[in-house]
Amino acid sequence: MATYEFIDHKFDVVVVGAGGSGLRAALGCAQAGLKTACISKVFPTRSHTVAAQGGISASLGNMGEDDWRWHMYDTVKGSDWLGDQDAIEYLCRNAPAAVYELEHWGVPFSRTEDGKIYQRAFGGMTKNYGEAPIQRTCAAADRTGHAMLHTMYGQSLANATEFFIEYFALDLIMDEGVCRGVTAWKLDDGTLHRFQAQMVILATGGYGRAYFSATSAHTCTGDGGGMALRAGLPLQDMEFVQFHPTGIYGSGCLITEGARGEGGYLTNSEGERFMERYAPTVKDLAPRDMVSRAMTMEIREGRGVGLKKDHIFLHLDHLDPKILHQRLPGISESAKIFAGVDVTKQPIPVIPTVHYNMGGIPTNFYSEVVTKAGKNPDQVVPGLMSVGEAACVSVHGANRLGSNSLIDLVVFGRSAALRAADILKAGATQPELKHAMTDGHLARLDRFRHADGGTPTADLRLEMQMVMQEDAAVYRTSKDLASGVKRMEVVNAKRADLKVSDRSMIWNSDLMETLELDNLIGQAVVTVVGAANRTESRGAHAHEDFPDRDDAKWMAHTLTWFDDATGKVKIDDRPVHNFTLSKDIDYIPPKSRVY
Amino acid sequence: MVQLTLPKNSVPKGGKHYPAPAGSSGKTKTFKVYRYDPDKGVNPSWDTYDVDTSLCGPMVLDVLIYIKTHMDPTLTFRRSCREGICGSCAMNIAGRNTLACIHGHDDCPSDKIMISPLPHMPVVKDLVPDLTLFYAQYASVEPWLKTETPEPQKEWKQSPEDRAKLDGLYECILCACCSTSCPSYWWNQEKYLGPAALLHAYRWIIDSRDEDTGARLDDLEDPFKLYRCHTIMNCAQVCPKGLNPAQAIAEIKKILVERVV
Repeated sequence: MATYEFIDHKFDVVVVGAGGSGLRAALGCAQAGLKTACISKVFPTRSHTVAAQGGISASLGNMGEDDWRWHMYDTVKGSDWLGDQDAIEYLCRNAPAAVYELEHWGVPFSRTEDGKIYQRAFGGMTKNYGEAPIQRTCAAADRTGHAMLHTMYGQSLANATEFFIEYFALDLIMDEGVCRGVTAWKLDDGTLHRFQAQMVILATGGYGRAYFSATSAHTCTGDGGGMALRAGLPLQDMEFVQFHPTGIYGSGCLITEGARGEGGYLTNSEGERFMERYAPTVKDLAPRDMVSRAMTMEIREGRGVGLKKDHIFLHLDHLDPKILHQRLPGISESAKIFAGVDVTKQPIPVIPTVHYNMGGIPTNFYSEVVTKAGKNPDQVVPGLMSVGEAACVSVHGANRLGSNSLIDLVVFGRSAALRAADILKAGATQPELKHAMTDGHLARLDRFRHADGGTPTADLRLEMQMVMQEDAAVYRTSKDLASGVKRMEVVNAKRADLKVSDRSMIWNSDLMETLELDNLIGQAVVTVVGAANRTESRGAHAHEDFPDRDDAKWMAHTLTWFDDATGKVKIDDRPVHNFTLSKDIDYIPPKSRVY
Repeated sequence: MVQLTLPKNSVPKGGKHYPAPAGSSGKTKTFKVYRYDPDKGVNPSWDTYDVDTSLCGPMVLDVLIYIKTHMDPTLTFRRSCREGICGSCAMNIAGRNTLACIHGHDDCPSDKIMISPLPHMPVVKDLVPDLTLFYAQYASVEPWLKTETPEPQKEWKQSPEDRAKLDGLYECILCACCSTSCPSYWWNQEKYLGPAALLHAYRWIIDSRDEDTGARLDDLEDPFKLYRCHTIMNCAQVCPKGLNPAQAIAEIKKILVERVV
């Protein structure tokens, strides 16, 4: 093995990832007087939060009466009762303050006539416990994520957050079950870095690129999830993968749910507004899992549109062009570029597309990473937190509601910072790191750097993506999932046969993509294994051989551990929290989920 | 200060040719791509890739990914969202700064397409420029809301008309296409802030909620930071988001005059 040396850094907190949740966590930690580093593989404003369009949910009540309890009810029902209700209460209660904070930082929200933050309708958001759609989603036109991320980056500059940009995180430094830091590779000069910290916060986002067609950016490779698995920690509820109903047919680029929030609707080849059959009350504003299933059903039954009858139309052409220009300018542009469609005149061809991972690194509502140890399902992993899409707190359960992810980022980014400020002492002495803790990190890096097998990274990535696309789709069957498990075993074994062509250390994107693929594969494996294990249908996991939700057997979070050496998966479960945080609201008991 | 000729070690020399595989369709186009490997200690080169574009998507980024996947895994470029919102894949394509992900190869003027990094920035590797200075200039305009009035319990009120003043400004994705297309920026980039940073400066000056307008203007009243804009307008020509930084700069100049008279 070539010799590598680390450059050492010591911080109180190291945040990995500079999207919405990472920036919010880093800001909060720095403001609390903790010496904080934020490392990111991309410049902060290139993080995938930038692509969020429709908005951020909070019961501000700017468009009419609203209540955080209604928001909580919708989130619980949207999650198909798999969400932890203590965490959901924390999210919905703290949402309004989090949005006002963003506004005070300068987010250019769209406005109502009286100068308040504009809110639009979104799927599954209702008033008075399911009565009718409500306008709860705060929007900056259809560029809300972009507006938030840029504003939060500006705020980080105001607070002199210390950034390490274009550093690719390699692995967690673990010391007998305690996280002591993280190692990283600096792309522009090829140096390796050892960041020691009292607390590492993983804010690394989702792993949408495990699939062939995803709205996710190329960089959404779930690096934190991969690191957690290699550190021997479990991931939770990975079988729940959200398909967004309206990815542009072909390119997979996102068209916001806000398009339907502003009055858009879906039609099949007969020109029928078919959502009226599937969700009579809320119609096109049903939650994403239901709309994606309805679209898939229409296509299967021969009512898809286009030459191959394999997609659906989204209509905006009946809306006032002025409203489109004012509220949906970004997707009007995307539809033009990627589908050649003028939205004022033609429908947009759309198809359910992988969009979001409800699963991730299990945490409590303080954002501390937890694992199951013996009988204790909530054992905190010292020194490690996780926030955002990388985490599974779990507020989204089996299906996330649109606009609940942006609020998740800032509410739990803040909760992580508050907790860190509570339990850490700035500048506290940290134990000396030993080489044995990082030898494995270097061995892995060196192995891939010099990988000279017969399978180029891009080939194996495509093979994995096709397995996931075909065998873990909107609808799953026992047969598909059994095939998926087998095929992913083959993909996993081929990691040993990878071929990397670029051997350099400076901006070696061939090697970086290989490390990312390695992160993706572990998560893809536990996704199909978890899906095959769950013999019921709940939220985004629609199992055709077990079409009903089975609360008696499956009201539980799936935990999956992945043995990197053997590729074997261990499965266990954790109880869903059937209690709330306060006496202000009672536990919402499960009932059938109709809209 | 600008150099009129490339330093000797920066002049591109030679380059490899990667022919399209036999049996390619008639849709083959030639992509000449700037290559620089910092490890080799040799001059940059122009590598030529003949790509059967019927096998890849419509955008130049699709072509680059095709090359990396099927012809040359060492080709290095930044990319992320692939839908024109993250600003990673800014580069010079057929003589024009743009985003590779939303620039169609059919929209290039010929079937011989040259691709190079954003001009006049140090090159780290291949199509990856060093944007440190660009980011520092952005930070120097202090891009965050500054207020003195105690914060309200809820949001700051802003009328739809005042909010509309931010349209055409807040959408900037910091891709650097504008600044690196500006001859004034090429010449004086250590002193002139460049169109992107100035567009952001104006975005905060014009925000009805901001209460630091005077200090923001004072900071820009400088012969170089602002006044090196000579309305060449390349910035507005190339902005992949259709923004007009030159107009924002002109507005700042106008306000500076107005506050004197």
